[in-house]
Amino acid sequence: MVINVKENAPDSGLGHTMVDALNMALAYEMRVNKHVVVLGEDIGVNGGVFRVTDGLLKKFGRERVLDTPLSETLIVGMSIGMASQGLRPVAEIQFSGFVYPGFDQIVNHASRLRNRTRGVLTCPMVVRMPSGGGIHAPEHHSESVEAFFTHVPGLRVVIPSSPKRAYGLLLASIRDPDPVIFLEPTRLYRLGKEVVEDTGEALPLDRCFVLREGKDVTLVSWGASIHETLLATDALLKEGVSAEVIDVATLKYLDEATILQSVKKTGRLVVIHEAPEMSGFGAEIMARVLERGLYFLLSPPRRIAGFNCVMPLYRLEEHYIPSVERIVAEVRELLAAS
Amino acid sequence: MKKEVARFAITHTQFVDENGNMNEDFPQDVPSSDILTQWYKTMVLTRVFDGKAINLQRTGKMGTYASSEGQEAVGVGLASAMQEGDVLVPTYREHVAQMMRADSPESAMTKILLFWGGDERGNMREGIGKDDFPACVPIGTQTCHAVGVASAFKIRKEKRAVVCTVGDGGTSKGDFYESLNCAGAWQLPVVFVIVNNGFAISLSRDKQTNSLTLAQKGIAAGIHFCQQVDGNDVVAVYEAVRVALQRARAGQGPSVIEALTYRLSDHTTADDAKRYRSSEEVKVARKKDPLLRSRALLERLGHWDASLEEELQKQSHASVESAVKSYFDIIENHPQTASDMFVFLHEHIPESLVQQQGRALSEKKGGIGGH
Repeated sequence: MVINVKENAPDSGLGHTMVDALNMALAYEMRVNKHVVVLGEDIGVNGGVFRVTDGLLKKFGRERVLDTPLSETLIVGMSIGMASQGLRPVAEIQFSGFVYPGFDQIVNHASRLRNRTRGVLTCPMVVRMPSGGGIHAPEHHSESVEAFFTHVPGLRVVIPSSPKRAYGLLLASIRDPDPVIFLEPTRLYRLGKEVVEDTGEALPLDRCFVLREGKDVTLVSWGASIHETLLATDALLKEGVSAEVIDVATLKYLDEATILQSVKKTGRLVVIHEAPEMSGFGAEIMARVLERGLYFLLSPPRRIAGFNCVMPLYRLEEHYIPSVERIVAEVRELLAAS
Repeated sequence: MKKEVARFAITHTQFVDENGNMNEDFPQDVPSSDILTQWYKTMVLTRVFDGKAINLQRTGKMGTYASSEGQEAVGVGLASAMQEGDVLVPTYREHVAQMMRADSPESAMTKILLFWGGDERGNMREGIGKDDFPACVPIGTQTCHAVGVASAFKIRKEKRAVVCTVGDGGTSKGDFYESLNCAGAWQLPVVFVIVNNGFAISLSRDKQTNSLTLAQKGIAAGIHFCQQVDGNDVVAVYEAVRVALQRARAGQGPSVIEALTYRLSDHTTADDAKRYRSSEEVKVARKKDPLLRSRALLERLGHWDASLEEELQKQSHASVESAVKSYFDIIENHPQTASDMFVFLHEHIPESLVQQQGRALSEKKGGIGGH
């Protein structure tokens, strides 16, 4: 199955932001499933620092919307305990740069509980966290951490890039019987709107989304970088370059078939992501294409990623995050060389 | 102007001294002599099991093993105080509590052997312990799970409670403080039992913290029932945990019980305790052995003698042998296959893993370094 998303959305100014969509998904699932609880720092009374959980406390009460002490290890570890008892906790880590104290619990326990107990205890939980740069906050507020988690057996890793996909993928993540790391690109939280129907319909957790069809080059990306990738695609089209854009919203598990099929058609692959290039998830995609689709390629594949530097404070951010101009230029180079 | 704004105290409770004498305040109603006898039998069985497990490791029939020798009274006391519906969130040394919460001690012993014998099926709890957590290896991390389970009970308004054990070493960890803090803030139905056996592997209790007691660590978290008990006195452990659980189920919040005991064996079979403690120290500790004390008490009450002891030793060895037999039967005749590495990662095996699973199944076990 290939999921084509044609609309991808010049902003009409109408409808819902990604924050709205995430909030709608949480409210929907809390309404239909009494086992769903949300927990984290400042998520109740304050509605979350990005307001994703706004209004849930009023709707669902203090027993299901839990303002926790400031303690990431505990937020994740407690969610594991809740999940083992049949609740469906959706934990918020305020920024992905603060997840590391909870990393121990995610890697050593959440991802392993089912395997460790051979299915006697399970861990259906979601750990949501804002991800990536572009919001002019201090250090640690702009990290792209997906590769840490894709490496861990037993986890799913999801990162949406539009309000509709945020809605459908968050629903799917909460309904999944196992732990899901759900990364939310802060740059896209309020960047565009689309009308999201609150139907409760989930999206699959193992399929790429083809956002643009093209024949010259396959651009694979996810999260916030989808925004720059689409703008670059528009610019390239004006030069007569037809790029296919694939949103790998479910990094794990990767829909390799859709990517290979596209590379077979275009003969060229560029992977674009904001996280540092070194050991980034782009390397995994590239390795898979080289292992299974080397002979489709007309030119060496390429990664356009964050440099192997510390994510800078925001005044240097534009030098770090792959820009529209950089994507256009590198795709041009690639095409010129083949 | 200065004034005192808070004052705290920690009590220490012992009902049976190391010679088996009942102290004056020994609880008259509980426990009955039948129960005391049963507790002693369980402790002896655990001791026999421990010896056998170490032998299995030494003879290459099982992997690294952590003995619970010397700490049996803590496990027996806390497990006896728990009811059906309560959940145990243990360390990796809670063998006796696991035995008491399984379908049978033999079945639990087989699983403990499987766990240390490198087979995940050893973590499949059963019986009244079916919701219990498996042995937790990363120190102190289980305290957070206990808070989550207790939260679930509170959210669902169930009259259930959690017992979470943690070693003295674990009380140095952030996880422990974070868990106590939240349990206190939310007044959760959880009892933290600190099994203070004197050592974090090689680091003795006095070098781990300057805190006078470990129980007092609960006070800063707003936990109102924080006590120290003689962990080699099964009656003291039982009584403290019983009251703490009663409070928890009645909505009166969490507790911290520090049980003072001593790890008579090495940390694990991979450890050599002679490197960091003297044989004199161990000799002194052996005089406080919980088994000696329970037996002395039963003899004093006229419920025990040498022939009963002989019979018990025989029964215990037979029971352990039967568990060992099942262990060998499972690993030799019903081993896991390479496929089992894949099928329990998620409820449904993802497509990309099916391919690797096939590969793993099609290949013979390879040679690797080590043993």
